Amino acid sequence: MINRKKKIVIVGGGLAGLALAMKFCERNGEATVVSYQSLKRSHSVCAQGGINAAIDAKNEGDTPEKHFYDTIKGGDFLAHQPLVRDMCYQGPTIIHLMDRMGVAFNRTGEGHLDFRRFGGTLYNRTAFAGATTGQQLVYALDEQVRRHVHDGSAKTLEWHEYLGAVLDSEGICRGAVIHDLRTDEIYTLQADAVVLATGGPGQVYARSTNSVVNTGAAATTAYMQGAKFANGEFIQIHPTAIPGQDKLRLMSESARGEGGRIWVPRDANDNRNPREIPENERYYFLEEKYPLFKNLVPRDVASREIYDIVYNQNLGISGDPMVYLDLTHKSKEFLDNRLGGILDIYTKFTGVDPRVTPMKIFPAVHYSMGGLWTDYGPDSHGLIDHGSPKNQMTSIQGLYAAGEVDYQYHGANRLGANSLLSCIYTGLMMARGVMNYVDSLEKSVDDIPSTIFDDARSHWESRFNDIKNMNGSENPHKLHHELGDIMLANVLIVRDNKSLEKTLHAIDDIETRFKDVKCLDTADWANPSPSFINQLYCMIHLSKIIAKGALMRDEFRGSHYKPDFDLHQPKDFDPHEYIDYLEQKQYGEVTEEKFPSGHLDYMKRFQENNEKWLKTTVAQYKNNQPEITYEEVNTSLVTPRPRKYD
Amino acid sequence: MTEKTITIKVKRQDKPKSPSYWQTFEVPDKPFANVISCLMEVQKTPTTRDGKTVSPVTWDCNCLEEVCGSCTMLINGRVQQACTALVDNLEKPIVLEPMSKFPVIRDLQVDRERMFDNLKKVKAWIEIDGSHDIGEGPIMPDQDRAKRYVMSECMTCGCCLEACPQFTLDNSFLGASTFNQVRLFNLHPSGEMGKEDRLNAIMGEGGITDCGNAQVCVEVCPKNIPLTESIADISRQTTWQMIKNLLTK
Repeated sequence: MINRKKKIVIVGGGLAGLALAMKFCERNGEATVVSYQSLKRSHSVCAQGGINAAIDAKNEGDTPEKHFYDTIKGGDFLAHQPLVRDMCYQGPTIIHLMDRMGVAFNRTGEGHLDFRRFGGTLYNRTAFAGATTGQQLVYALDEQVRRHVHDGSAKTLEWHEYLGAVLDSEGICRGAVIHDLRTDEIYTLQADAVVLATGGPGQVYARSTNSVVNTGAAATTAYMQGAKFANGEFIQIHPTAIPGQDKLRLMSESARGEGGRIWVPRDANDNRNPREIPENERYYFLEEKYPLFKNLVPRDVASREIYDIVYNQNLGISGDPMVYLDLTHKSKEFLDNRLGGILDIYTKFTGVDPRVTPMKIFPAVHYSMGGLWTDYGPDSHGLIDHGSPKNQMTSIQGLYAAGEVDYQYHGANRLGANSLLSCIYTGLMMARGVMNYVDSLEKSVDDIPSTIFDDARSHWESRFNDIKNMNGSENPHKLHHELGDIMLANVLIVRDNKSLEKTLHAIDDIETRFKDVKCLDTADWANPSPSFINQLYCMIHLSKIIAKGALMRDEFRGSHYKPDFDLHQPKDFDPHEYIDYLEQKQYGEVTEEKFPSGHLDYMKRFQENNEKWLKTTVAQYKNNQPEITYEEVNTSLVTPRPRKYD
Repeated sequence: MTEKTITIKVKRQDKPKSPSYWQTFEVPDKPFANVISCLMEVQKTPTTRDGKTVSPVTWDCNCLEEVCGSCTMLINGRVQQACTALVDNLEKPIVLEPMSKFPVIRDLQVDRERMFDNLKKVKAWIEIDGSHDIGEGPIMPDQDRAKRYVMSECMTCGCCLEACPQFTLDNSFLGASTFNQVRLFNLHPSGEMGKEDRLNAIMGEGGITDCGNAQVCVEVCPKNIPLTESIADISRQTTWQMIKNLLTK
């Protein structure tokens, strides 16, 4: 047992990292938060529409159990169920906590929290602060962490970059290698545990809704140090983003939650001003095809439909890859109060006011359901033991992951407004387990020989020295964009094995050309070039994980759509039939004539497919390539069944 | 080559204490281009207009959609976010400089730590009992919430301070963004319990009475936060607090 405060290093100052820092300090620990930049600027601020919690403020009969079911179904049954259930049950507590911290959540006439609708559910379950909910939540947690900094229990290392974990002779994580982005100094931090809360990998696609820092480098380094990476191929494509040069800016799902309608002119050659096109000449394709969920089908469904409208039916606006997102039927006052922030952003970037003219949008890479493989500790009832040191631990002992960088909460497709919840949930939930982990250690970090740390430091010093000496002919930023273009063209909404095979070869080519990169800047002060080259190297390896996972998974599940393996659900199919079928099968008395024609065959194929593919993809770094294996998914609470939203 | 280009002039500086110098770049003119996408083009081809290969310009940015507050700089002499500075709306050549009221780190990057330190000085947070489950937050009218929400959109970007004649590199003036945070937290039912501490922290040198009422802060705020309203309100609160302090001494 150690005779001092427990100390952890948290990498990343977004919602997960800040939530953990706050909780850990409250429990009398000492947390050091490492961040590329000032804490308030992390990517979590980009989340717009809201955060889910089944509080049932509108008396619709919503419950955490329904939230759990919607999340599991939205994720096409690929998420471990006990964890998701626990998250959904913690939702209301988390919202009340954030409210107590002063988040300016919109309120009802009586002054209670207000809720709105989001995709993949029929309930008003999403609490929101205008349309900048992520920003408001980050600020509240940032303020609490600043309070702990003021008290001396938390420390921040802003303008610092995490390079890798320090592993001892037994492979246990004992600290982190840190790079000061201003002085260029590389050094190590000793820690009882290290937590990666580093967010998603959108920059692998170069243009996405993600921020500049979202390279996935920290997670990829962990993978190259031996950590398992799970479900990499499940990349969420958000249906509505604003096309742009440097970035595809998000247009929140809340625009549809508040009544926004998606449509295209029925006639592809109709180039009239959208406001002059009469109702009956507009094709509200989501509403027609999904009369129950309408514009609020889950994101994977909406993105596929928009893609189909544009590329298969050639109905994009004026032949361009864009569709209308229309809010002009709502009053200006209503829109300003509930969506002001995002509508202003649209106006600023396009010069067009969405209160007056329908927005033009198209899908964009948005979120990674996959990430570092992490563990959890079940209790004796098969639920979650909040004190278990296993919670959120990667396959490297002592190295944890939380937030978008982990893989456990969203299965094959994330529901809107669940990301903020999963980030805060993981950060808060894991604190006790990390504390217990430190207590359980036989040997403390204080007893680890200093040579372990010296070696880790000099490894990275020489790595950065080598990078600075790279003097080839390739510009790293151009190479990054080429990688992004390859990924955007082949590993997006619609996937096929031929293109994926080609993609893997193209990535290998980029890897070869990477050796000929030129380090554009060799200054020893505030020089981002060597860091970027190291991040690019990581992105190349991460793109292999994503593309290879996609190539090998021969099925259609959630965001991973391979038309060649679509089981073609019959139009009149009811998912309850499948439950009946399973029951009858269990008792050995399947009555074929009871099911409409084609349904039984579909259900058999569905079940076979699940037996083969309802598994977590696990990538491990072997001989410079990802080696893919599969693991069982915990489906102990709800029987996996076909999804349906119409 | 007949490709249309844009000329950008950048004020550069290698280190905090080193002299500054100017470089001019030509970048391709693309649809929807903004200042950040131009700087990204410089990264891809770090060659000046006179054909000299140089190190790429460095700048701060992250979200590229004006919610993170990172990419503040002087664009044609006006302080603003580089991501929302659309090339089509700017006079050419586009002139880029780092903010002048904060120490330069390198090129267009400056050190805004002072803003974050000020948040500690005024205890810009709510003193919650703990993050465990102790029930709901306070009931609050939506119009009060809406008032607070506008103020809480402050991204700590520094535009208001750059524009403020009272705020200089070497004085201790707290500035509009900090006063706005005092108002934000004093307006919350639980935050109000720390009101006296906050008001006492903004009395004296660098405090609210040093505001010269130039009112430019509110003009440059990218989030349209009613900063002058916040300053007036906090002035009033501070005056009452001073009287209260005198009477209870």
